[in-house]
Amino acid sequence: MSPVVPEREPAVPGDWELVVGLEVHVELSTATKLFCGCANRFGDAPNTNVCPVCLGLPGSLPVVNAAAVDFSMRLGRALGCEVRGAVFARKNYFYPDMPKDYQISQYDQPTNTDGHLELPDGHTVGIERAHIEEDTGKTTHIGGGGRIHDADYALVDYNRAGVPLVEIVSRPDIRTAEQARAYVRELRAILLAIGVSDARMEEGSMRVDANVSVRPAGSDELRTRCEIKNLSSLRALGRAIVYEAQRHVELWSGGERPRQETRHWDEANGRTTPGRSKEDADDYRYFQDPDLVPLAPATGTIAAIDAALPPLPAARRAELVASGGGAVSTEDAALLVERDQDGLVRAAIAAGADPGVAATRVANDLAVDDWSPVTPEGLAALVSMEISGRLTATQSKQVLAEMADGGGAPDVIAQRRGFQAMAGDDLAAVVDQVIAGNPDAWSRFCAGDEAERKKLAGFLTGQVMRATRGQADGAAVNRLLQERAGS
Amino acid sequence: MSGRITRDEAAHVARLARLRFSDAELDELAAQLSAVLDHAADVEALDVTDIEPTSHPHPLVNVTRADEVRPSLDWDEVLAQAPSVDDGQFRVPPILGEAP
Repeated sequence: MSPVVPEREPAVPGDWELVVGLEVHVELSTATKLFCGCANRFGDAPNTNVCPVCLGLPGSLPVVNAAAVDFSMRLGRALGCEVRGAVFARKNYFYPDMPKDYQISQYDQPTNTDGHLELPDGHTVGIERAHIEEDTGKTTHIGGGGRIHDADYALVDYNRAGVPLVEIVSRPDIRTAEQARAYVRELRAILLAIGVSDARMEEGSMRVDANVSVRPAGSDELRTRCEIKNLSSLRALGRAIVYEAQRHVELWSGGERPRQETRHWDEANGRTTPGRSKEDADDYRYFQDPDLVPLAPATGTIAAIDAALPPLPAARRAELVASGGGAVSTEDAALLVERDQDGLVRAAIAAGADPGVAATRVANDLAVDDWSPVTPEGLAALVSMEISGRLTATQSKQVLAEMADGGGAPDVIAQRRGFQAMAGDDLAAVVDQVIAGNPDAWSRFCAGDEAERKKLAGFLTGQVMRATRGQADGAAVNRLLQERAGS
Repeated sequence: MSGRITRDEAAHVARLARLRFSDAELDELAAQLSAVLDHAADVEALDVTDIEPTSHPHPLVNVTRADEVRPSLDWDEVLAQAPSVDDGQFRVPPILGEAP
């Protein structure tokens, strides 16, 4: 077995190319399940949200939840999919997580097909389909130290059975582990923006499987893939892809070929382990569910959904970057939109704030759950105090934190804390003291080349900061040092 | 026509359905399943060029319900017929392998 690999890029040597497609299951945040009126709620006592339909009792009949269909179509349109008439099918298999012995899904006529998702870096990933299906129950294996194969028995909770899911299947367009993570982050941002799921990986309302294969660079063939399951975080997703890709490269390079199979990510040991061999679709004996009639979006439905879609993350990022006139970085814009703080920054820019500083200050220093006390005007005032030199960057961060805690306007907070950037003669005096106290560094600063000068400027500025307990403005100190050196 | 279904195919379908048969039974079932398919194959003789596929016998679409919670079953009732219960959950034999 290969050694444990940390997540790192590139995942494969330069003569190989990584090929990844993702299957993401998302639980829809409807009030009820897909085919019955039981509550769709996480965390309730086991088997309290169940009825004859989701228990698969004889004589019960499923009726489709209109909201689940609406949410699914909304997601489809947000992903640029064709939304069409659809048919529910039974996927037959024997496992106690589905008491009916089949799962109702969509097979050859899914609701959404042929969409795409654009990542913040501009890379586009095709969406093959996004179909509606019901979730399964939760099985807990007891005994045998938690290992499935050694378990003494299993307990089944059907609260989750029948919860509406959309499975979003991407095309194999992902080329790096970082792109895979960006895809999931972007998909999550879209789900939150359109309000169809809370998309929490840690609670299982968003579950990601990765289909991983490799091929010689420059080729367009698709080689044997393995489906990696049990990826419960973005970090696990990235590490598993890198591990699996390297495993495939090793196999092919050694004249072997990977088996097409499902594999499990083992987070503790940082590796994938084989699961069952992948069954053919034929083995599921899909056929149309005779208890359910087709879905056919009425005329005007799609247009109405499109008209009601809120601005999506990609558009919001573009708008933020545009409102900053090029001063807002794409990284800051992506983070701000992800945290839903782009509105605040745009409003602050409209209120006169320097776009670059406003975006960076919020992106770096406002990573809190509740920042509602920070007003656009307050943020604009803070940014202008920082730019004019009244506050150092460090002080500005502290003031912003206090603003988020409801501390009031930035000038009031700065005054209360006794913050004011030391300027003018006071600062010049401190700089002179530092120069006098570090003659060796100073002479090397004056004589040094650009790199040496930069290094020593950092050291001397640090001494000034220490002497002033952070109340000096770094840019002003640097100006004084250059003046004193006669340059 | 017979022999549409081989003994191996009958055995494969039996395995998916978690049923066990002897070889003699599999041969008999293969013959019977073949006869069923032969019967269905009669339809192939018909000209269906201008006939739309029937996706459902009822001429209905979009039969849906409002997203409103309705009472679930009582716990006792849910578990009353379970062969084995533990900690408010259905207790089932150990399962080999993971969910498909």
